[in-house]
Amino acid sequence: MNVEIIIFYIFSLLLLSSSIAVVTLNNPVKSAISLVFSFFSSAILWLLLNAEFLSIILILVYVGAVMVLFLFVVMMLDINISQVQEGFVKYLPIGIFVFATIAGLLSYFFYNQFENSDDNIITSIDLIGTDNTKNLGYLLYTEYILAFEIAAIILLLGIISAITLTLKKSATNKYQNPSDQVNVSKKDRLLIIRDEDRIK
Amino acid sequence: MNIIFLILDILVDIIMVVLPLFLIVAYTTYSERKIIGFMQSRLGPTRVGPFGFLQPIADVIKLLTKEIILPSNANKGLFLTAPIIMLVPSLLVWSVIPLSEYFVIANINAGLLFILALTSLSVYGVILAGWASNSKYAFLGSMRSAAQIIAYEIAMGFALVGVLMAAGSLNLQEIIISQRGGMFNWYWLPLFPLFVIYFIAGVAETNRAPFDVSEGESEIVAGFHVEYSGVAFAMFFLAEYMNLILISILVSIMFFGGWLSPFENTFLDIYFSWIPGFIWLSIKTLFFIFIFLWLRATLPRYRYDQIMRLGWKIFLPITIIWIFLEGIMIYYKIEPWFII
Repeated sequence: MNVEIIIFYIFSLLLLSSSIAVVTLNNPVKSAISLVFSFFSSAILWLLLNAEFLSIILILVYVGAVMVLFLFVVMMLDINISQVQEGFVKYLPIGIFVFATIAGLLSYFFYNQFENSDDNIITSIDLIGTDNTKNLGYLLYTEYILAFEIAAIILLLGIISAITLTLKKSATNKYQNPSDQVNVSKKDRLLIIRDEDRIK
Repeated sequence: MNIIFLILDILVDIIMVVLPLFLIVAYTTYSERKIIGFMQSRLGPTRVGPFGFLQPIADVIKLLTKEIILPSNANKGLFLTAPIIMLVPSLLVWSVIPLSEYFVIANINAGLLFILALTSLSVYGVILAGWASNSKYAFLGSMRSAAQIIAYEIAMGFALVGVLMAAGSLNLQEIIISQRGGMFNWYWLPLFPLFVIYFIAGVAETNRAPFDVSEGESEIVAGFHVEYSGVAFAMFFLAEYMNLILISILVSIMFFGGWLSPFENTFLDIYFSWIPGFIWLSIKTLFFIFIFLWLRATLPRYRYDQIMRLGWKIFLPITIIWIFLEGIMIYYKIEPWFII
């Protein structure tokens, strides 16, 4: 048996079990860690497909940045887990419906994809080398430049709107003006009272 | 049969890197105590062995034989996995570090990205340790440290973007080779602001003085590892010092030509050509480790809001502007930023 196949099955199993753990565990922090673990397993699956850039970026962005903030928020909040799980039966039909739709569409798509074409799409575009990272960069800046720019603009919009939503200027905000702090002199902070002054 | 030999070969490589690394970590702690001692007119450790030279070994034995105390109501599983999560990425990064022109465990194409991804993982150890200890001090320390690591990671990543633009590659060996031609061709000169920012961000990433608010002895006892003892504490300690050595070696690789000789293209080259690349890399790395210790002995701790301001409002804009300028230089093919 091939080593790659063994690794694939191990990490697929880990991916599935950790994904299930995300929704079934009672402790929200443990759920978040399971999510981290499932990202990790899927990154390794991508690595098996020779997509080393995407897999490392998945770890860098999702595990290294997004999930840290997630974990941060989850730790700070006092989540009542029994309240969250109350509507489980009520929402179950909708959940099953969504799951079935996605699974059906995906399997339909993949089935057609691999039935009708012998080779995948990438081979039809000329590449500059065998290095996955270089090819991806080359394609992003030539073939898919418009989609890339649109994604960049959407992200910029997201950043700006997130900042405007959270930036509230009010009288209770405490703010240090760094230049004021640097320009402080001795007489601003220190009041010297001599003995002679007190006697008068 | 072939695969068994391959695995054995990799195992030997790993042992060749990891065992000396542990030894270097042990003696980094010794040199830290000695150097800071001398800087503060003290002697540092003197009792164990000549000049206290066996002190780190005594410390290791002490840490290994101590009991691991579990705080009441601590989340036991996470409490014990947090040090492992902290240690594993900082060990794993060493697999892609080129230690000489011939020796690297895995010479992968996306080496720089791999390092960035792994160094971003160490924050989990800190957060989980703080949360799982069920202690206010530990939790405060981990919150501080997580915010700090996220803030400085971005500047650090951007500084490395500058390096990969200049080198035209993500492979660490190729980054070193693209710096050939004497010490003025190394990237510290053309990428000077990025080098300074990378090093300072590296100090902040490792939670060391003057950015050690996550441990801040006078405020929150020892920060995220307050509740840890024995081997579990030793693992945090090991990870911290390995990260310190890692940042030093990365600065030498990215900005100081790695294993390249500083005398290339000069008349001195003939006299120094017998020195192997590994020695040059070690000298550069030890120099930066010394700067780490020097900073700790010299500078007082930053205030928390000053750290955030420095990371977000000073470092980030400088790196972005410098990357923009570098892009212009590369576009107009100006040396030394542009290499065919």
